[in-house]
Amino acid sequence: MITKRIIPCLDVRDGRVVKGVNFLGLADVSSPVKLAEYYSRCGADELVFYDITASAEGRALFTDILREVASTIFIPLTVGGGINTVEDFDRVLKCGADKVSVNSGALKDPRLIFDAAKRYGSQCVVLSVDAKRVDGRFRVFAKGGREDTGLDAIEWIKQGVALGAGELVLNSIDTDGVKQGFDLPMLEAACEAVNVPVIASGGAGGIDDFITLFHALPQVDAGLAASIFHFGEVSIADLKDALAANDILVRR
Amino acid sequence: MVAIIDYGVGNLFSLRSSFAMLGADAVVTGDPAVIRSAERLVLPGVGAFEDAAKKLRDTDLDGVVTEEAGRGKPILGICLGMQLLFDESLEFGVHKGLGLLPGRVVPMAPVIGPGLKVPHIGWNALHLTKPEHPLWKYIRPGDCVYFVHSYYAAECGDVTLATTEYGAELTAAAGRDNVLGCQFHPEKSGPVGLSILRAFCEMR
Repeated sequence: MITKRIIPCLDVRDGRVVKGVNFLGLADVSSPVKLAEYYSRCGADELVFYDITASAEGRALFTDILREVASTIFIPLTVGGGINTVEDFDRVLKCGADKVSVNSGALKDPRLIFDAAKRYGSQCVVLSVDAKRVDGRFRVFAKGGREDTGLDAIEWIKQGVALGAGELVLNSIDTDGVKQGFDLPMLEAACEAVNVPVIASGGAGGIDDFITLFHALPQVDAGLAASIFHFGEVSIADLKDALAANDILVRR
Repeated sequence: MVAIIDYGVGNLFSLRSSFAMLGADAVVTGDPAVIRSAERLVLPGVGAFEDAAKKLRDTDLDGVVTEEAGRGKPILGICLGMQLLFDESLEFGVHKGLGLLPGRVVPMAPVIGPGLKVPHIGWNALHLTKPEHPLWKYIRPGDCVYFVHSYYAAECGDVTLATTEYGAELTAAAGRDNVLGCQFHPEKSGPVGLSILRAFCEMR
C-alpha cells in the first residue's frame, strides 16, 4: 500500500537556503545542493524548493541550483515561489522540477492552474494554500500570509482542484511556527472537499505531531516541514522509524 | 549508448541525469539513425495516451521502435512510455498501442474501490512477480518506487514482472524478452530506481 510521504521544504533566497539551518556534521548548511543531498540520503520522499528571491539575478541563480540538485538527487522535486505564468512553469520544469506549486499567482489569475494542467498534466500542478481562521471560517491569505483575500479556503481549494490542480499543500497560518501540531480541523475540512493528495504543512514540532496527523487523518498523504528538519530537532530517519513503529507505512 | 527517445512528450531532464549518474552514455534524441545505432532504448512519456501515441506516429518513431524491438534491442518504456508498449488503451476512447506486449491499459478507479485517490501518486512497494528477472538484479522485494498514474496495464498474462498494491494489485512492471516497461518512474525513485536503470543498462 502507498506510503506516507515526508517532505522537507527549503526556502531559497539568492542561491542560499534561508531559515536558520543548524545541522551538525554538514559543512555548508546553507547550500541547497548539500542540504538536498543530505535529506535525500536520510530518506526524504520529496523535496520542495521555495524561491523567495526578488531579483532577476537571484532567479537565474535559483534555476542553476535547481539544475544541479535535479542532476544529483533522484526523488521528486517541487518548486514554488514566483510562479505567475505558464512560462514560469516552463522555466523550472526545464531545470528538472517535477511539480510546480502555485499560490499567489493562481489567486491573481486562476486560469494559470487550468492552462498549466492542460499543458503539463494535473500531476504537475500543486495548489499551495495559506489559510487562517477569520470569523470562524478558513480564509485564504496571499503574499506569504500577509494579505487577506477574503476568499473562503475550502471553496478556493475546490475551485483549484476543479481547474486541474493535482495535489494540495495546505499551510495553516494559525499553527505555522507554533510547533504544537498540524491543524487537524482545517486539514480534515480540505480532505472532505477534494479527492487529490493533501500535504499537511504548518505546525510540526516533533515526531509525535506526525504520528497524530496520520492516525487522526489517514486520508492525509504527506507531511511537510522546514525548521524542525533544518534545525536537526527531528531527523527524517528517526521520524520514519517512529512512524513505522506506530503502524504508519513509510518508505525506508 | 542509450537512446532516450524524444518525441515531444515530457520532461527528460531527470532521465538523462540518471543515466549520467550511472556513468552510462545516454542521449536524448528523436533521430531515427541515432535510435537505430543505440545499444538500448528508453521510451519515456507523460500525459495522455492518445496524444503521445499520435506524436510517436507523427514522428514516424513508432515504426523505428517496433523494428528495433524486433531486432532484439533492449527497450524500456517508462510510465506512459510503458503503456504505449501494450496492444491498446482505454483512456478516453480506444487507442492502439505498439502491440509489443500483450494487454490493455485501463482506468484504475473501478478496480481500486472507493476511498482511494486517483491518480495513484507516491511511493509504493514492489511485489516481484518474477524475482529472478535481470531487471531486479540489484533490488529487494518490497523496495519502494515512485508512481504517478491513473491507468494501469491489465490482462497482461505472464508478462507481468512486478505489481504494487493500491486497493488492487496493479501492474508495476512488465516485460517479455527484450521489451520491458515500468509504470513507476525509476528516475525519481532514489537509489532503488537507479539500481533498476543500472540493471537495464547491463541487459543484453
